[in-house]
Amino acid sequence: MNVSRRTKFDRLGALLALFALIALVFMPFVVAKANRIVPGTSLGLLAAVPLPTAIGAIAAVLVAACIAVFVASPGLRLASATLAVVIVSLAVAAAGSALTPLGNKVVRIAPGSGFWLLLCSLGLMATDAITRLRPGPLLRVVLLLAFVGIALAAFAHGTFDHLSVMREYAVNATRFSHEIAQHLWLALGSLGTAVVVALPLGVLCHRVPRLRGAVLGTLNLIQTIPAIALFGILMAPLAALAAAYPLAAALGIRGIGTAPAIIALFLYSLLPVVANTVLGLRRVSPAAVEAARGMGMTPAQILKSIELPLALPVILTGIRIVLVQNIGLVAIAALIGAGGLGTFIFQGIGQTAIDLVLLGAVPTVTLAFSAAVLLDALIEAMDRTRP
Amino acid sequence: MARVAPYLRIAALALLLAFLLQPQRFAPLFAPLTQYGAPAIYDQGNLLELTLAHLGTVLLAAVASTIVAVALGIGVTRQSGTEFLPLSRTLVNVGQTFPPVAVLALAVPLVGFGEKPTLIALFAYGLLPIFENTIVGLKSCPSALLEAASGMGLSNWQRLRSVELPLAMPMILEGVRLSLVINVGTATIGSTVAAKGLGEVIIAGLLSNNTAFILQGGLVTGLMAILLYDAMAVLERRHFGALRVD
Amino acid sequence: MISIENLSKQYGTARVVDDVSMTIDPHTMTVIVGTSGSGKSTLLRMINRLVEPTSGRVLIDGADTAGEPAHLLRRRIGYAIQSHGLFPHRTVAENIATVPELLRWERARIRGRVEELLTVFQLDPATYADKFPHQLSGGQQQRVGVARALAAEPNVLLMDEPFGALDPIIRGKAQEDLLDIHRRYGTTVILVTHDMDEAFRLGDRIAVMSAGKVLQYDRPAVLLTQPADPFVARMTGSADRALKLLSLTTVSEATKPGTAPGPPIPESASLRDALSELMWRGTESAGVIDASGQPAGCVTIEAILAHGRAH
Repeated sequence: MNVSRRTKFDRLGALLALFALIALVFMPFVVAKANRIVPGTSLGLLAAVPLPTAIGAIAAVLVAACIAVFVASPGLRLASATLAVVIVSLAVAAAGSALTPLGNKVVRIAPGSGFWLLLCSLGLMATDAITRLRPGPLLRVVLLLAFVGIALAAFAHGTFDHLSVMREYAVNATRFSHEIAQHLWLALGSLGTAVVVALPLGVLCHRVPRLRGAVLGTLNLIQTIPAIALFGILMAPLAALAAAYPLAAALGIRGIGTAPAIIALFLYSLLPVVANTVLGLRRVSPAAVEAARGMGMTPAQILKSIELPLALPVILTGIRIVLVQNIGLVAIAALIGAGGLGTFIFQGIGQTAIDLVLLGAVPTVTLAFSAAVLLDALIEAMDRTRP
Repeated sequence: MARVAPYLRIAALALLLAFLLQPQRFAPLFAPLTQYGAPAIYDQGNLLELTLAHLGTVLLAAVASTIVAVALGIGVTRQSGTEFLPLSRTLVNVGQTFPPVAVLALAVPLVGFGEKPTLIALFAYGLLPIFENTIVGLKSCPSALLEAASGMGLSNWQRLRSVELPLAMPMILEGVRLSLVINVGTATIGSTVAAKGLGEVIIAGLLSNNTAFILQGGLVTGLMAILLYDAMAVLERRHFGALRVD
Repeated sequence: MISIENLSKQYGTARVVDDVSMTIDPHTMTVIVGTSGSGKSTLLRMINRLVEPTSGRVLIDGADTAGEPAHLLRRRIGYAIQSHGLFPHRTVAENIATVPELLRWERARIRGRVEELLTVFQLDPATYADKFPHQLSGGQQQRVGVARALAAEPNVLLMDEPFGALDPIIRGKAQEDLLDIHRRYGTTVILVTHDMDEAFRLGDRIAVMSAGKVLQYDRPAVLLTQPADPFVARMTGSADRALKLLSLTTVSEATKPGTAPGPPIPESASLRDALSELMWRGTESAGVIDASGQPAGCVTIEAILAHGRAH
C-alpha cells in the first residue's frame, strides 16, 4: 500500500478554527449603546461594518482557519493568524467609526463576545505557531516588542478612538499615565528593596543550614496570608505610627495608601528570592567549590566568581516570579488607596463599566506578561552552562 | 520546629474555632483598635457563616478545577494528545502571569456579580498550577518503569491508574495545595463583586476606618490559608511521602 | 622538601589521622594508599590546609605552612580532585587560567602558559581553549583538571583519587601521561588512591595507611619483600607479590651477555612482561636490545625467576 497522505489534519487547528468560525457567524461582533448606562444592541459583523471591510475580515479569518487545519508550516500559520488578528482588529475599529454619528461623543461602541472569541482563537493559533517555531530568547523578545509596539502605535494613532474603551481612556487620560507610573514604581520599588535584603539573607541561609528552616518557614507563613489581609493587618500599626509621630505622617506614612502596600509587597517579595537563592546555591557543583577552595580563592572570591554566577539563573527565576506576582498584587492594593491600574479595575466593577475594567486589566496583564517574557529571555540568554 | 508544629497547628485551629463560635468573647482584645465607640466585633453578618461560605467557594472551585485539570493533563500527555502539549505548556506559562484580580474583574461583565464570577475566576485560575503539575508529574515518570509495566501486560489504562498517576500524585497534590492557597486570597477579593466571604469584613473595615474589622477579617483569612496549606502538607507526607523524588 | 611532623586530626573522639610523620623528597612521586576511612584524603588535605590539623605541623622547604594565610598557601600548591571540579560557566582556557589570574600574572604570560599546558595534555588549543567543560569527554575533563592544577607552576601537586572516575582503558593512559608530566616538570607529586596497582605503577615511594596511621612508607619493592605489617602484606596482595616485584624491575637488570634466537625484548620492558613473552613463545631465552635498537645481551627465564624470589 503506497498511499502517502499529503494533507494532515491538525486537530488543534481544527478546534481553534471551529471556535473562530462560530464566533464569526453566530456571535455579536460589537455591542452598540446610545450612552454609557443604557443596555446595548448586539450587532453581527455584516451589520456593524461596511461591506468591503466585512469581506476582508471574513476572508482573513477563513484563510487563517484553513491554514490552521491543513498546513503544517509554523511560519505560514503564524503569518496567517497574525494577519487575521490585525484585520479583525481594524474591522472592530472600523465598526466604531461606522456606528458613531459624526461629532457624537456619548455613543458607546464596545467589542462584542464574538470579537473576543475570535481574537482568542486567532491569538491561540498564533501562539501555537510561535511555540512550534521554538524561538530562542532574542526572537521571543523581538516578537513581544513587535506585537506590543504595533498595538501601541495603533492606539496612539487613534485607530481605536471610537471604541468605548478608548472613550474611557480619553476621559481618564492624565490619570491613566499617573496610575501606570505609580503601578510600575510600586512593583519595581518593592522588588528592588526586597532583592537587596533577600539576596544576603539567602546566602546566609545557605551558609548556616540551621537558619534555613526558621527563615523559610516564617517567609512561607507570610506568603500564605492573602494580600488584602496583609494590607489590612499592616494598616493598624501604620495608622498608629502616623498618629503618634507627626514626622512619620509628614513623610507620607499613613494607615492607607502606599506605605502598607510597599511594606506588604516587600514582605511578599522575600520568599521567592530567598528560596531561589538557597536553591541556586545548593545546586552549585560542590566539586567546583572544593576545587576553588583548594586553588586558593577566599570565601568572598568563591561567592563572587563561582557560586553566585552559577546560581544566577535560579535567582533570576525567583526575581521573575516576584515581579509578575507584584504587578498583580499592586492591582489589589488599589483597594487601600495605593493607586495603580487597580483603581480603574475596581472603579469599573463598582460602576459595572466593563470598559473601565478593561482599561485597568489589559495593561496589567500586558505588563505582567511582558515582564515574564523579558526576564525569561534574559535568564536563558545568560545560561552559558546549558548544552 | 518539626516537633512543635503539630501543637502549633492544633492551637491555631482551636483559636480559630473559638473566635468564630464565640466572637464576642474576644471583644475586649479588639476594642482598643476602634474609635468613637464603633463595634469591636464584626456585626454586619455572622462570622462563622462568612468563613464557611468563603471556605465553601474555595473548596468547590478546587474540586472542579482539580478534576478538569487532571483530566486535561492526562489527555495532553497521551500519545493521541501530543499536538496539544506544546500549546498547553505555553498557555500554562502565560496564564500564570495573569494577576488573579484581573481574571476576576474580567469575569464580572460576562456573568454578572455574586458567587458566579468568583467561582469562575477561582476555577480558571486554579486550573493552571494543577494542570502544570499534572503534566510535569506524568512526564517525569521514568520511561524504564513505563516499559516494564507495558512489558508485564498492563493495558494503557491500567498503567495509567496503577503506575503513572500514583507516581505523579505528589506533584499533583502540590499543585492543588498551591491552587488552594492562592484561591483563598483571590476569594477575599471576591467580596468586591458581592460574593459572600471574609473579604466583606475587611472591606467593611476599610470603608468605615475600623481597624478591628480589618484585623479580624485579615487574621481569620490568614489563619485559614495557613491551616489549609499545612493540612495539605500533612496529607502529602503521610500518603505519598515515600514516593517523593527530591 | 615536605616534612610532615606528628600530624593529627581529631573529630570529636575519632582520630582520623593519628600522629603521622613522614618526609617527602623533592621531585618525587609519593602515593598514599589505603581503604576508605583510612584517613588518606584527610592527610592530603592537611598539607594545603583545606583541613586544619588538630596537632602537628607541615613544613614545606623548611617553612611552616601555618605561618601564612591558607588561601595564599594554596595558590602555590596544585590541587586536583576526582570529580575535577571544573567551573561549568567558564571555558577551558579560563578554567586553567584561574590561579595565574589570582596571582595577577600578565595576560601574555597566562595565555602562553594555557597554550603550553593544553598542548602538553594533547588538547589542541585552537579547538579546545574556548570549549566549555560540558562539551568535553570525561577523560578530557580530567586532563583539564590536572592542567588547571599545574597552571601556576607549583612545586607541589596534590592529587586526590584523580583517576577514579575514568574507565579502565583511559585510566592507564592517564597514569602514563601523569608520569610524563612528572618527568617533564619535576613537580613533587603526592597522590592519594585506594588502588594498589596504581600505587605500584606510579609511586617512587608508597605510604600505606590504615585507621589514621601510616603503617609503612618506603619504596615499592621494599613493601613487597619486607612488609612491616600483615595489613601491608594483605594490601600488596601476597598471592601475586612475586609478579608485582617482577613488574617493578626492568629487563636491563637481568640481562647477561650472550645472544638468543627470535625477536628481541627491549631492555626497558619490565621483567614481568618479559616473563609473559617468553612463556607465550615457549622459549627459555630471548635477546635484549637497548633504547637505540642495538643488541645488549640476552635474558633467560631462570634469571627472571631469580629476581622474583623473596629476598
